[in-house]
Amino acid sequence: MVDLTQTYDVVVVGGGNAALCAALTARQAGCSVLVLEHAPKAMRGGNSRHTRNLRAMHTAPADVLTDSYMEDEYWDDLLRVTGGQTDEGLARMTIRASAGAFEWMRASGVKFQPALSGTLSLSRTNAFFQGGGKALLNWEYMLAEQWGIDILYDTEVTALHMDDGFVRSASLTCHGFPETVKGKVFVASSGGFQGNMEWLKHYWGEAADNFLIRGTPYNKGRVLKNLLDQGVAAVGDPTQFHAVAIDGRAPKFDGGIVTRLDCVPFSVVVNKDGKRFYDEGEDVWPKRYAIWGRLVAQQPDQIAYSIIDSKAVSLFMPSVFPAIGAPSIGELAEKFGLDPKTVIDTVAEYNAAVRDGKFDNTKLDECRTEGLTPPKTHWARKIDSPPFYGYPLRPGITFTYLGVRVNERAQVLMDNGVPTGNLYASGEIMAGNILGKGYLAGFGMTIGTVFGRIAGAEAAKHARN
Amino acid sequence: MRETEAVAAARRSMEICNACRYCETYCAVFPAMTLRREFSASDLGYLSNLCHSCRGCFYACQYAPPHEFGINLPQQFALVRQQTYEEYAWPAPLAKAFQKNGVIVSALTAGVVALVLILTMILQSPDNLFAAHPMVPGAFYNVIPFGMMVWPFGLVFLFSLVALFMGARNFWKDAGGKDVTNMPSWSEAISDALTLRNLGGGGHGCNDTSEKFAQARRHVHHTLFYGFALCFAATTLGFFYHHFFGWVAPYSFWRAPVLLGTLGGIGMVIGSLGLFWLKLIGDDAPTAKQLLGGEVALLFLLFAVALTGLLLLAFRATGAMGMLLAIHLGFVLAFFLLLPYSRMVHGVYRTAALLRNAIDRRTMKPLGSE
Repeated sequence: MVDLTQTYDVVVVGGGNAALCAALTARQAGCSVLVLEHAPKAMRGGNSRHTRNLRAMHTAPADVLTDSYMEDEYWDDLLRVTGGQTDEGLARMTIRASAGAFEWMRASGVKFQPALSGTLSLSRTNAFFQGGGKALLNWEYMLAEQWGIDILYDTEVTALHMDDGFVRSASLTCHGFPETVKGKVFVASSGGFQGNMEWLKHYWGEAADNFLIRGTPYNKGRVLKNLLDQGVAAVGDPTQFHAVAIDGRAPKFDGGIVTRLDCVPFSVVVNKDGKRFYDEGEDVWPKRYAIWGRLVAQQPDQIAYSIIDSKAVSLFMPSVFPAIGAPSIGELAEKFGLDPKTVIDTVAEYNAAVRDGKFDNTKLDECRTEGLTPPKTHWARKIDSPPFYGYPLRPGITFTYLGVRVNERAQVLMDNGVPTGNLYASGEIMAGNILGKGYLAGFGMTIGTVFGRIAGAEAAKHARN
Repeated sequence: MRETEAVAAARRSMEICNACRYCETYCAVFPAMTLRREFSASDLGYLSNLCHSCRGCFYACQYAPPHEFGINLPQQFALVRQQTYEEYAWPAPLAKAFQKNGVIVSALTAGVVALVLILTMILQSPDNLFAAHPMVPGAFYNVIPFGMMVWPFGLVFLFSLVALFMGARNFWKDAGGKDVTNMPSWSEAISDALTLRNLGGGGHGCNDTSEKFAQARRHVHHTLFYGFALCFAATTLGFFYHHFFGWVAPYSFWRAPVLLGTLGGIGMVIGSLGLFWLKLIGDDAPTAKQLLGGEVALLFLLFAVALTGLLLLAFRATGAMGMLLAIHLGFVLAFFLLLPYSRMVHGVYRTAALLRNAIDRRTMKPLGSE
């Protein structure tokens, strides 16, 4: 039973994979552990509930992982997506520990499956959770209950009270009631702040109203802000987030994986003025996937429309909402509330610039436009076979980069670089130390698992002293 | 298949699932889904019968209620499945039996058992009916004459077989009428049905009652299934004994038909009670409660057939034999009669769906993959 009058060895703030990894590890070491999850039970697990895999280094085939994926290749992949905005020491440690993280999950009974259809490019590097992140969380929560970890759902931590670098207690709102809990050690695994619209507006103004949040609405960043206000060192650009272009009809929160749209390379994308604004065929999907979130965010009213014809319909993964169809470009534009004439002109101008070539959707092919600004450099085919289809696009935010600075022991650092006395962090709240920009599929779960285990082990060591 | 609310809800879910695919290794439904981009009512009828109600996808689903997408495939497919039972039933006017199936199955069972009892009492003198008959060949026929046993039962059973076959044919035609002569597909489908591979969650079991994985449903279902198969084998063997060897029942306990029947009866009792128990302790969220009546009525009919058979064996040398025989035969007759108009049809449609799946996998290619 949860007893808030006792002093727990370890209090874990958050309820996603990074939090559970810390809690389970600390419990295995014999600590009394309390997990504080903001969401109600049905929606527990933060953004982990939408994930599907873990990127793991391996020197030989292991379970569902094929071939090998060595440290240097992993590091190169990370360097490429972050453009150097990473900490090589922490990153390489995480990469090396990812092999053990995968083995630990497997040994704990987590079920894995081979790469899903449509994701074969990840079959070597990423281990997929069978059933996805929610199934993983179900398993972790089941272990937590079996092992006697106390869990409070619908409980938001509003403040960690710091005193001379030590967290003395935490203030909570538990099922709507204010409470306080004491712990010897605290682990902050409460994610980023992408669910906090006010905070996003602080940087993005009214445009933030048009952003969709792909993950949990419970990542409000209250603990993050509270810590930064108390002199904890920040890491990552506060104005930046990882965003992709998703279906504009998606729910405001929690739309997850199904809202992604893979049609952009086979389409022309126009903004609300009916004009093209970027090279749709720049690179293979999903490498250019993330760019489009930013691009759409910069367009008026943060919306765009991807238009294809019947030739392209079956070239990409189906998505959550059916395409909007019409027998002519003009009628399609009307359905989107765009000026038909401008869109007809845009498409006609594009069609006139298309140069014939051999179309191949599996690689950067030779179909391109000539004399068009902006150009479409690959997969450019005339959009001329009715019926025509389109999807509205909006920026869909996955996570924010701002976090707390940590060291390789997962200790949270103060502004002056000194480690806090009893505060550790894992998951999205500290991922910005390693992933300062861009994204690498399955790497968020790797950081969460690796640092969750480190935080849990270090917290246990500390609490048992 | 008609367009209904149940079909529309299942279609909406399948479209979302097809964009997600996290559940791909739970069962055959998801790989079958990836072969399509659009889902006709008939496709959904097929997919719903391919679903074994294991619930793995429900607990893993990030879009399950209270998420606004509200995906609940085990429940949504159960409702579509019920619609297929009704639509494919033969002859069509009897399809209404699926509308209030719990009432129909229990009322008809009660009626048939009562009818057989009353007829037995009318046709037999109380002295004979309640007498302890020595267990010599033909003892059972002293109570219910051989002809009365063979003809009504044989005719009802034959009719039910024809009705089941016609239902399967309707299903097959509606699903696109693929070539059924591919033998490897048959062996795959039959092996899937006999092992309940799709109730394995990909190896570690299913969510029988909660988020925990278990093999309980698979095991109790097949205790019931193989128990039933043994009883059927016992009856068939008895028929051969009688007609080809002139060995007339009752047989001693150690003869094959009695041993098979006893073993099978015990299996059916355990299996039907086990499935009922899982319904009692299981989570209601992924089930269609409105179908519970028909499911439970059938489980108890199977339970009653098996239990009365075992009781008949236990007390066949006493004065209770006459009544027990009449009651047992009443339940058996009700079961034969209800074969095509109860949840028993799931076996036929699911096996047909497994066959179609095996054929599709050989002839269709996943869409939208890299």
